[in-house]
Amino acid sequence: MTPAIQVRQVHKRYGAVHALAGVDLEVRQGEFFALLGPNGAGKTTLINTLAGLARADGGSLQVMGHDVVADYRQARRNLGVVPQELVFDPFFSVRETLRIQSGYFGMRRNDAWIDEVMERLDLTSRAGFNMRALSGGMKRRVLVAQALVHKPPVIVLDEPTAGVDVELRQALWDFVKQLNADGHTIVLTTHYLDEAEMLCQRVAMLKQGRVVALDSTQNLVRSVSGRQVRLRLAPEGLPPGLEGIRVGSENGTHLLALDDYPDLERVMGTLRQAGSRVLEMEIVQPDLEDVFVQIMRKA
Amino acid sequence: MGGFRTLLFKELLRFWKVSFQTVLAPLLTALLYLLIFSHVLEEHVQPYPGVSYTAFLIPGLAMMSMLQNAFANSSSSLIQSKITGNIVFMLLPPLSHAEIFLAYALAAVVRGAVVGTGVIAVTAGFIDLPVRFPLWVLAFALFGSAILGSLGIIAGIWAEKFDQLAAFQNFIIMPLTFLSGVFYSIHSLPPFWQALSHVNPFFYMIDGFRYGFFGASDVAPHLSLAIVAGSFLVLSFLTLWLLKSGYKLRQ
Repeated sequence: MTPAIQVRQVHKRYGAVHALAGVDLEVRQGEFFALLGPNGAGKTTLINTLAGLARADGGSLQVMGHDVVADYRQARRNLGVVPQELVFDPFFSVRETLRIQSGYFGMRRNDAWIDEVMERLDLTSRAGFNMRALSGGMKRRVLVAQALVHKPPVIVLDEPTAGVDVELRQALWDFVKQLNADGHTIVLTTHYLDEAEMLCQRVAMLKQGRVVALDSTQNLVRSVSGRQVRLRLAPEGLPPGLEGIRVGSENGTHLLALDDYPDLERVMGTLRQAGSRVLEMEIVQPDLEDVFVQIMRKA
Repeated sequence: MGGFRTLLFKELLRFWKVSFQTVLAPLLTALLYLLIFSHVLEEHVQPYPGVSYTAFLIPGLAMMSMLQNAFANSSSSLIQSKITGNIVFMLLPPLSHAEIFLAYALAAVVRGAVVGTGVIAVTAGFIDLPVRFPLWVLAFALFGSAILGSLGIIAGIWAEKFDQLAAFQNFIIMPLTFLSGVFYSIHSLPPFWQALSHVNPFFYMIDGFRYGFFGASDVAPHLSLAIVAGSFLVLSFLTLWLLKSGYKLRQ
C-alpha cells in the first residue's frame, strides 16, 4: 500500500543552521503517528516542507504517493495541516472562513460537510461570529476545521493542544480519534508526551534535524531500562545490600532501580535474608517521557 | 479554477467589508482635490483648446484614484496576511502561482474600477464631461489598474513590515503618480521636466485615459497604449516569476 507520507533524505538549511539533516521517514496509511522532539529539533520545518510552506534543499517528500513539488496539487489535496501558530483572518466570520478555505480546494458547495465539522468541533453556535470575537480555544477549533474542510486523508496537527484547556483538549482528541477510526492518517507533534503515548501507535523522535528513534510506542517504552520499585518495609530501614540501587527515600518508602523484572527476585531475596517485611510494593513503569529523556541524552 | 474564483471572491469581499476606507475615503479625497484645484486654477489654465481645467482634471483624478487603490488593494492584503500569518491559508491549498496572480490582480482592477467610476460619478455634477472614445477609456483603466495591482503584489511580497510598504508607496508610487500630468498638461512644463515625464510610465496611463474623454492628448494614444501594455506584460512576468519562486512566501 502507498505510504501516507514518505520522506527520503530530506535536507533543509537556514543559513548556517542545518534544520533537517537527512530525514528518512515513512508513515503508513491509517496510522496515528507522533513526531516528537525538543524545540528546534526540526518538527515544524519537516511539516512545512511536507505542506509546501518551505522548500527542501535536497531529498524528496510524498503525500499519498504524490511528490510535494512535482505533483503539488494532488499532494496538497491529500493533506490537511493544523498550523502551530494561532492565526486567523480578521475580516471574516467562522462560516466565511471555512467556505473560503473549502473553495481554495475547489469545493464550492460544501456546506453539509462544513456544518458537520462545525458541529463536531462545537462551533455551530459561533458560525456567524467574526474570528476576532472568538476566544483562543475557539480560534484553535476553527484552525482544526480549516484543515479538515477538504476531507484530506492525511492530517497533520502541529502542537494542537499548546495552551488549550482540558475540556477542549479532550474534545479535540475524541474528534481526532474518530477521524483516525474513520481511516484518516494522523500525524501529531506535541510536547505533551502522555498524549502521544496514549494516542499514537508509532513514534519518531527528532533531534537537531535527524531521526534518532523510530518505532512503535510499545517497543520504545519496552526498550528503556529504568523500571523502579517503591517499597514500604518493616522495620523501616533499607538493608545495606540494597543501598547500591536506591534512587531515593521519602515518607518511609524507598525507591529502588531495576534493570528488569528478574532483578526484583534478587531484591526480595536480600530483604528476606535481612529479615525485612514488605508492607507495600509498587512497580513504577517507564513511560514515553522517560524514553524521550533517555534517547535525547544519548543522541 | 475553483481555487482562483474563491481567492478572487475573498479579495473582493475583503475590500468591500471595509468600503468606508477602501471606496468612500478615496472618493472624498478626489472630490477635495477637484474643489481646491479647480477653484484656484479654473480661470488661469486651459490645457487643451475648448477643454476647461475642471474637465481636464476629472479624468486625471479618476485615473490617479484607480491606480493608487489598485496598488493599495493587493499590497495591503498581502502584507496583512504575511504579518498576521494567515497567508498559510492561501499557501496550503493547491493554488498555482498563476491563479494567485490573477486573483490578486483582478481584485485590484475591480477596486480600481469601482473607485474610478465613483470619482467620475460624483464629479459629474460639476461639469458635463464628454466621453469621445469609451474603449480607449476602458483599455487604459484596465491596463493601468492591472499594472498597479501587479506592483502591489510585488511590494506586498517584498515588504516585511508596514514601514517598508509605506516607503514603496510614498517614495515610488506617489511621486510617479503626482508627476504624471494628473494636475497639468506636460506641455506646460520646461523642456527638461517634459523629457523626464516621458520616461514615467504613469504619464502614458493618464494621458491615454484622458484621450478617451477629449480626443486630445500630449502624445499619440497608440504609443501610450503600446507602452502601457508593454509595462503590464513585463510586470506580469516579473510577478509570476516571483510567485513561482516562492520568494519571501515559501521559505
